[in-house]
Amino acid sequence: MSAEGRPDRTPVTTNDSYYGLPIVKEPAWQQPDVPLYLFLGGVAGVSASMAALARPLGRDALAKLGTVTAATGSVASLGALIHDLGRPARFLYMLRVFKPTSPLSVGSWILAPFSALASMSATSVLTGKFRTVGALAGAVAGILGPAMSTYTAVLLADTATPAWHEAYRELPVVFAGSAMTSAAGVALIALPKRDSAPVSRLAAVGATAELAAAHRLRTRLGIISETYRVGRAGSLLKAVEVLTGAGVALTATGRTSRIARALAGGAYLAAGLCTRFGVYAAGVASTRDPKYVVEPQRERRGRV
Amino acid sequence: MTSTGYSSPQARMGFFTDTSVCIGCKACEVACKEWNAVPAGDGPGTDAAAGMDLLGMSYDNTGGLDANTWRHVAFIEQHVPAAAEPSAPVQAGPATAEDLGMPTVGAPRQGDAQENAGVRWLMSSDVCKHCTHAACLDVCPTGALFRTEFDTVVVQEDICNGCGYCVPACPYGVIGKREGDGRAFKCTLCYDRLGSGLQPACATACPTESIQYGELDELRARAEARRRELHDAGVTEARLYGEDPDDGVGGDGAFFLLLDEPEVYGLPPDPVVTTRDLPAMWRMAALSAAGVVAALVGSLLGRR
Ligand code: SF4
Ligand code: SF4
Repeated sequence: MSAEGRPDRTPVTTNDSYYGLPIVKEPAWQQPDVPLYLFLGGVAGVSASMAALARPLGRDALAKLGTVTAATGSVASLGALIHDLGRPARFLYMLRVFKPTSPLSVGSWILAPFSALASMSATSVLTGKFRTVGALAGAVAGILGPAMSTYTAVLLADTATPAWHEAYRELPVVFAGSAMTSAAGVALIALPKRDSAPVSRLAAVGATAELAAAHRLRTRLGIISETYRVGRAGSLLKAVEVLTGAGVALTATGRTSRIARALAGGAYLAAGLCTRFGVYAAGVASTRDPKYVVEPQRERRGRV
Repeated sequence: MTSTGYSSPQARMGFFTDTSVCIGCKACEVACKEWNAVPAGDGPGTDAAAGMDLLGMSYDNTGGLDANTWRHVAFIEQHVPAAAEPSAPVQAGPATAEDLGMPTVGAPRQGDAQENAGVRWLMSSDVCKHCTHAACLDVCPTGALFRTEFDTVVVQEDICNGCGYCVPACPYGVIGKREGDGRAFKCTLCYDRLGSGLQPACATACPTESIQYGELDELRARAEARRRELHDAGVTEARLYGEDPDDGVGGDGAFFLLLDEPEVYGLPPDPVVTTRDLPAMWRMAALSAAGVVAALVGSLLGRR
């Protein structure tokens, strides 16, 4: 390619591609909108379920924090989604049909009620009014929570983007694990030592699940695994390992220290962001070079 | 009931693009832009602001299909052994070859120094495949994309909210989001002409009948006859692409006769509709969501 990003003067094609141009289109979404939408939705989902469980167990501080995080996160997630639309004023067209074949339709039908319920619950928790309605709304949001933290993986996988589609087995585990560590991260930062034991356990489970699944992304997808190992995605996912490892180490050794807890929480949240931006970057990289489309498909046809 | 799920007396209509007679005149590109009032510019690799650009890819200055390019003529320049050069397919197809009296413009000869080397041209007019199992349509959350009574796939401009999901979903990289407008656009197979008994604009304009419009069953039979004819004439590289109802997208409503591997034309060798794996994706997501519940219960119920 020349300096202007155009093919060199000799216009001869190869047998592998049409002038090296991409075959499938790059995702038409914007950054940071969509990675943020994925991240915030995940944190909100697990936080709502955490709150719904903490309430009957008498962990009031955890319940309150989870409720508020769920509301803030999901409303911000919805905002990022709307901001990303080519026609934001037509957001409600998302709800004009329910289409099980479209993860974005299913997701909108999860996200819209979830954010409404979480907001009701948070309003009630913060004002102390309408407690029954608030608790009920919080409980239903808690039931929707696990779906909130995983549907976005299906949303990405249900595309022709090689790094996403071929990763459909791993992505839900990565996103669910990351959502657990991030939700625990918020609690580690905001809550006193009394509540840190359960959230540290949650973070450890999330971290294990996410790192194991992310390792598979880097090793089990054939040539497509490259996109998770190199470039921007490679660096971001490396950062996830380091940050998550640091978070686990800090919570294991220094749970009594407020500073250690805050640092661990911050590391978990940063890791959660890196996960979404990293997976997004891998998807983009896998569309830019046509070999990620051509080679696996040739193999499938028995032509090497 | 047809394979696309439509039950109507209207036969399925489509395109057969016989690239062996394409002369690369781009009449189809122009006719399409004129009839459909498609704005200039904004193809992959082009300077969106300029609208038209010299890409340095042989005579191709459009680059590929996009929101603003619904027919795209690919120009492939290949090094071939000099001996293979005379099998230029137009001459090889005996019955249909006609001397159009065109001025002799040809691929530049680059071979004199390189022994036995020549250059051959392949030209092909690409278009939306109007897939039997169309990923763009499956994933569209608003229902803007729909299947017409002709079994073609069309975007309703007044419904599309520009979510952009269809763009990475298409396994052929056809549909695109239009800059400045925000909505998705692609070939409609001239939906507004078909109802009046007219042919699509590109097929009407094509001077060599490379683009043939008609009932899909009939086109398939015609294409198979043409393939045989070419094989009998010694053009053994002739092959059909997208004609097989058992392929990963259930067969294309717009299919092709090619003279080389699909990837040489920028086409995926073995496209699969991403939603084929959607049930497996939801299963993985449900498992992960169950994992989140288990992790939460386990962490929060623990002592301390
Ligand atoms: S080729 Fe792409 S845009 Fe056209 S119908 Fe198939 S999936 Fe949709
Ligand atoms: S951009 Fe428009 S046509 Fe494409 S999926 Fe979204 S709403 Fe449907």
